[in-house]
Amino acid sequence: MAKISLNGVTKSYGSVQVIPPMDLDIEDGEFVVLVGPSGCGKSTTLRMIAGLETVTDGEMRIGDRDVTRLRPGLRNCAMVFQSYALYPHMSVRENIGYGMKVRGVAKAEAEASIDNAARILNLTDYLDRKPAALSGGQRQRVAIGRAIVRDPDVFLFDEPLSNLDAKLRVEMRVEIKQLHRRLKTTMVYVTHDQVEAMTMADRVVVLRGGVVEQAADPITLYERPANAFVAEFIGAPSMNMLEGRLEGTGEGLRFVGPAGLDFAIPADRRAALAPHAGQAILLGIRPEHTQEAEGGIGVPVEVLDVEPLGPHTLVIGEVGTRKFTGQARADTATRPGARVQIRFDPEKLHFFRADTGAAIREDTRA
Amino acid sequence: MKRLTPALMHLALLTYTVVALFPVFVILINSFKARKAIFREPLALPDADSFSLVGYQTVAMQGDFLLYFQNSMIVTVASLTFILLFGAMAAFALSEYRFRGNTLMGLYLALGIMIPIRIGTVAILEMMVKTGLVNTLWALILVYTAQGLPLAVFILSEFMKGVSDDLKNAGRIDGLSEYAIFFRLVLPLVRPALATVAVFNMIPIWNDLWFPLILAPAEEVKTLTLGSQVFIGQFVTDWNAVLSALSMAILPVMVLYVVFSRQLIRGITSGAVK
Repeated sequence: MAKISLNGVTKSYGSVQVIPPMDLDIEDGEFVVLVGPSGCGKSTTLRMIAGLETVTDGEMRIGDRDVTRLRPGLRNCAMVFQSYALYPHMSVRENIGYGMKVRGVAKAEAEASIDNAARILNLTDYLDRKPAALSGGQRQRVAIGRAIVRDPDVFLFDEPLSNLDAKLRVEMRVEIKQLHRRLKTTMVYVTHDQVEAMTMADRVVVLRGGVVEQAADPITLYERPANAFVAEFIGAPSMNMLEGRLEGTGEGLRFVGPAGLDFAIPADRRAALAPHAGQAILLGIRPEHTQEAEGGIGVPVEVLDVEPLGPHTLVIGEVGTRKFTGQARADTATRPGARVQIRFDPEKLHFFRADTGAAIREDTRA
Repeated sequence: MKRLTPALMHLALLTYTVVALFPVFVILINSFKARKAIFREPLALPDADSFSLVGYQTVAMQGDFLLYFQNSMIVTVASLTFILLFGAMAAFALSEYRFRGNTLMGLYLALGIMIPIRIGTVAILEMMVKTGLVNTLWALILVYTAQGLPLAVFILSEFMKGVSDDLKNAGRIDGLSEYAIFFRLVLPLVRPALATVAVFNMIPIWNDLWFPLILAPAEEVKTLTLGSQVFIGQFVTDWNAVLSALSMAILPVMVLYVVFSRQLIRGITSGAVK
């Protein structure tokens, strides 16, 4: 049980700084997911918490201990790797118990923990097998078992589900969440899959280039993204962005965009947007907040492809030169090559500054 | 056609086996024959007429062959132990840790593969004389260790690079020291490579005549190969004795080989684990 604090932590390789000073607090018992595109520094951050990478500058605390210069074995973290990293020459039982043996845990106590972990993870029948004789999901469970018996302050997961097939991934997702509810231990989880991040986390930390773009619970992240990057990264298919300008003043404030898009800013958004009149603005709208319909605020879309998903069908096309994905009814007659009118839900419009990408909302006015 | 291919393969392998084993076979059969029989019909099997143990008797009488055996064994086993231990340690350091001069150090160690150690014989002899190691088994062990290390480091570091980083990191997080990671995780996983290095180094050390002759020719530290030389003269060679000594010299090296190749096979099967 421990809180993790990163205070101005940086990481450099030679003269290249991959993590600029990072401040991040992870609460005791919290399930935090670090997410971002590849090369965003999420794995490096995790490995610094584990002690596998040295911290170039700054301070790292777990609980009330300063662990900045502590070696990994003394931090009382447990880590689950993408490649499972099981000891191939040891049986499942030995794999789970090896750390305890090294730390000098009494034999009877170790046996009890192994059996307990095996029971939790449904591995009891496989304890005497070698990792080679296990399936991917079982191997990952052994890796988790090895972490559980450690009784760590912190669990660290480095893309643990990436090597599993889609169905197994969903199952393991649920298992890890249940494990968190049962153990109530602080967990830090790294993934590049935003669906995994949204479904598992208490709090999602979106990273880009080593910078925390936004750290918030999944719904806030989805509803109130801090900037255009987060808005596009979270949600699938990703948010549509249309470039335009704000024109007029006061009640006459209008958004003028591509393909004849021109609408009056709804009354409740005017206050936030007014200071940006005359500036270039990005309009964001999620595909699930659009529909194939005439009237209202909307744009014509040149359809390039349609993707029937069952509950509804996605219309993928272009508005001007920008890619645009809209949503249509499952039984839509629209076919590639057509031109359809897509209407936006006026409640769900997002506005971002074109220059910095920062969101423009009532709560972001500063 | 499909059944022909394995047959052809076996034929080729059998032919090779016969060719390879033929000299050994000739040595063995002739070691049990009387001197005249050896020259009369070198390829004939020993029969009631030609059978003789005179060679073995000569070997047993002349010189202390048990001691020579023991010396050879000590030198070979100790050298192999040091080569494997230090070679693996150096290989681990080179493959695992990033430090200044890592590549340079690796190249320097690999250089030894290309430069035969015998070029340095004179210097080595001077060094051994100065350190008082001449006519001790240590002289041989040290030289053979030096001779074997370059190739060992080269082969083992390649294998160790193949051991997954995650595995070592998992060990670190489990609280293993770097020594435990080396001995408990990495060494078992590179066992096939260790066996290969051992086999490569064993035969030349066992058979070497050069260094025992120069560094340790004294009676009490003679190795088997050097000991056998007493029967080879400039004008007369006691073939019975030479062949008997050689036949006996094959045995221990064969035992060692079997030990290592078993490790090799076990290593390969456990190495199949991902």
